[in-house]
Amino acid sequence: MESYALLFAATLNAGTVLAIAALGLLINEKAGIVNLGAEGMMLCSAIAGFATVVHTGNDWLGFAAGMGAGALLAAIFGALVIWLNTNQYATGLALSLFGAGFSAFAGIAYVQEKLPERPHFSIPLLGDIPLVGPALFRQHPMVYLAIALVAWLIWFLYRSRTGLVLRSVGESPDSAHALGYPVRRIRLAAVVAGGALCGLAGAYIAVIYTPLWVEGMVAGKGWIALALTTFATWRPARVLLGAYLFGGVTMLQFHFQGIGVDIPSQFLTMLPYIATIVVLALISRNPAWIRINMPASLGKPFYPGS
Amino acid sequence: MLKLEPRPQASRFWSLASPLLALAITVVIGVILFMALGKDPVKGLQVFFWEPIKSPYALGELMVKATPLLIIALGLAVCFRSNVWNIGAEGQFIIGAVVAGGVALLADKDTGRWIVVAIVVAGTLGGMAWAGLTALLRDKFNANEILVSLMLVYVADMVLSYLVYGPWKDPGGYNFPQTKTFEAVTQIPRLMQGSRVSIGLVIALLGAAGLWIFLFRTRAGFAQQVGGLAPAAARYAGFSSRKALWIALLTSGGAAGLAGALEVAGPLGQLTPYVPAGYGFAAIIVAFVGRLHPVGMIFSAILMSMFYIGGELAQSRLGLPKSLTGVFQGLLLFTLLACDTLMAYRIRFMTPMALKGAN
Repeated sequence: MESYALLFAATLNAGTVLAIAALGLLINEKAGIVNLGAEGMMLCSAIAGFATVVHTGNDWLGFAAGMGAGALLAAIFGALVIWLNTNQYATGLALSLFGAGFSAFAGIAYVQEKLPERPHFSIPLLGDIPLVGPALFRQHPMVYLAIALVAWLIWFLYRSRTGLVLRSVGESPDSAHALGYPVRRIRLAAVVAGGALCGLAGAYIAVIYTPLWVEGMVAGKGWIALALTTFATWRPARVLLGAYLFGGVTMLQFHFQGIGVDIPSQFLTMLPYIATIVVLALISRNPAWIRINMPASLGKPFYPGS
Repeated sequence: MLKLEPRPQASRFWSLASPLLALAITVVIGVILFMALGKDPVKGLQVFFWEPIKSPYALGELMVKATPLLIIALGLAVCFRSNVWNIGAEGQFIIGAVVAGGVALLADKDTGRWIVVAIVVAGTLGGMAWAGLTALLRDKFNANEILVSLMLVYVADMVLSYLVYGPWKDPGGYNFPQTKTFEAVTQIPRLMQGSRVSIGLVIALLGAAGLWIFLFRTRAGFAQQVGGLAPAAARYAGFSSRKALWIALLTSGGAAGLAGALEVAGPLGQLTPYVPAGYGFAAIIVAFVGRLHPVGMIFSAILMSMFYIGGELAQSRLGLPKSLTGVFQGLLLFTLLACDTLMAYRIRFMTPMALKGAN
C-alpha cells in the first residue's frame, strides 16, 4: 500500500510540471495566441534555473530565473507574431528549435554539475497521517501552488473584468479594439505571462523533478502541455485534471519497471506520447465540440486598421 | 515612430532579399557570439562558410549532408504549401531508416545488387506509413497534425531504441546498442571514387525538378496549393481537402523515409541510437528559408549543411560545443520570419504627430 501512496505522490508531482506549463499556454490561447515554442522555452528555463541554483544554492532564485528566461523568450515571440504579424505556428516552431539548440549550447558546462541536497517537505501533522500523508502532504510547495493557480485562474478568467477583456481579445479582437482596448498589448501581456509559467515549469523540472541537466531533458513535456489545453477544452480545472492523468501515465512506466513487469522499457517510455495521441484523437473527434469551446480567434493574426 | 503599412501586393524583391538579410543578421549575431566567447570571429566564420567549400573533398561532404536535408524539405514543401503542418519528419526519417535497415539486414554474401532497390523502396514505404498515421488521425478524428506528428517522433525514437538494444542487436558487437554492419552489397551506389557522395544527390536533384513540375505545371499540384491559400476557393472548385491532406503527408513521409533509407544504407551502414541527427527538424528550416521553392531549397539545404559541418569543425578546431549548429539554425528561422514582414508590409517612419493623424 505504501508504494501506491508514493506512486500517487509522484503522479501529482509529475502532473504539476505539465499543469503549470499548460496553464501558461491556456492564458496565451485565451488571448488568441498559440505558442508552439513551449518546449524551447521550457528547455531554456530549465538550464537557466539549474545554473542559477548551482551558483546560488537557492531554489527560489532558480525558479525566478526560469520564469525570467521564459518571459524573455515569450516576449520575443510575442513581438514577432503580434507586431510583425509572423505566422504563429512557424514562429513558435522557430522558438522550439532555437530553444533546443541554445539550451544544449548553454548547458554544456553544467552536464556534470550536481545540486545541493534537495529539500524535503512535509506539512506538520497532516504529513504524518499514514498513507494519506505521504500521498498528499509531503509535496514540494509548487504542487500546492499549482492548485492555487488553477483556483485563481478560474476566478481571473470568469469572474474578473480583466479576465473578461482577455477572453474578448481571444474571441473577437476586432470588437475589443473597437471598444478601445489595446488588443496587441493585452496579447503581449498574455504571451509573456504564459512564457513565465512555461519557464517556471521548465525550471521545476531541472531543479526539483529530475534535479540535473541533460540535453533535451524536457522530453516533449512542452508539446504534451500544448495538447492538454485542447484536451481540457480550454478550461483551467480540466487542465489540472488532465495534467494529473498524464502525470500518472508517466509514472506508470516507473511503477511497471519497479514491480518487474516484463515489457521492454522503450515501450513504457512511449506511453505518455501514445496516450497524448489517443486522447487528442478522442477529444477532437467531434469538431463541433472543439469549435464551441475554442477561443474563436485562436491562431489568427490581428492588425488594427486592416 | 515606425509603422507597418500593408503593401497592395507582396514584394517580389523582398521575397528573394529576405532570406539573404536573415542570413546576414544571423552572421552578425554569430560574430557577436564568437567575440563574447572569446574566440576569433574571423576563424569562426571560416569554419562555417569557407572550410566546407575549400576542397573537392569538403564539397563532397557538404553534399552528403545536404542530400537528406533537401529530400526531406522537398516533401515538407508540399505539406506547408497545402497548409498541412507536418513537423514530425524526424520520426518519418527514423522509421524509414529502421525499415530500410531491416531489409538491409536480410542481405547475405549471395545477395545481388537488387537489394539496394528493395532498401530504398522499403524506407520510402516506412516513412509513408508513419506519416499516414498522422493523416489517418487528422482525417478520421480531426486530431491536430502538429501535435500528432511531433509525438510520433518520440515514439519512432523508442522503436529504434528497442530494436538496437533488443532483437536487432549485433551479437558480436560487444554489447553495444547497434545492429551488425550491413553487407557491402547494400551500400547505396556512390557517384565517384574518393567521395561519399551517392546517387542520393541525383535523386534529390531529380526530386527538386519533379516538385517544380508538380507544383507549377500540373493541375493536381495547383489543386494541392489552392487548399492551402484559400480553403473556400478550393471547396468551390471541387478540390478535395481530404485528398490534399493525404497527398501532403504521404509525399513528405515518403520523402523523409527515403532520406532515412539513403542515410542508413549510405554513410551510416548500420542502425544505432544515433541515426536521428535532427535532419527532420533542420529540413523545416530548409523549407522555409528556401521559400518552399524547389530551387530555393537547393541553396538553403547547402546552407544548412554548412551549419552542420561548421558546428562539427567549431567543436574540433575551436573547442566550442557542436550544439552551436542548432543555435544558428534556430536563429536563422527566427530572423527569416521577422524579415519576411518586409514582403507584406512597408515600413514607414512617422513623427508622433503624423501617427496621431493616421490613427
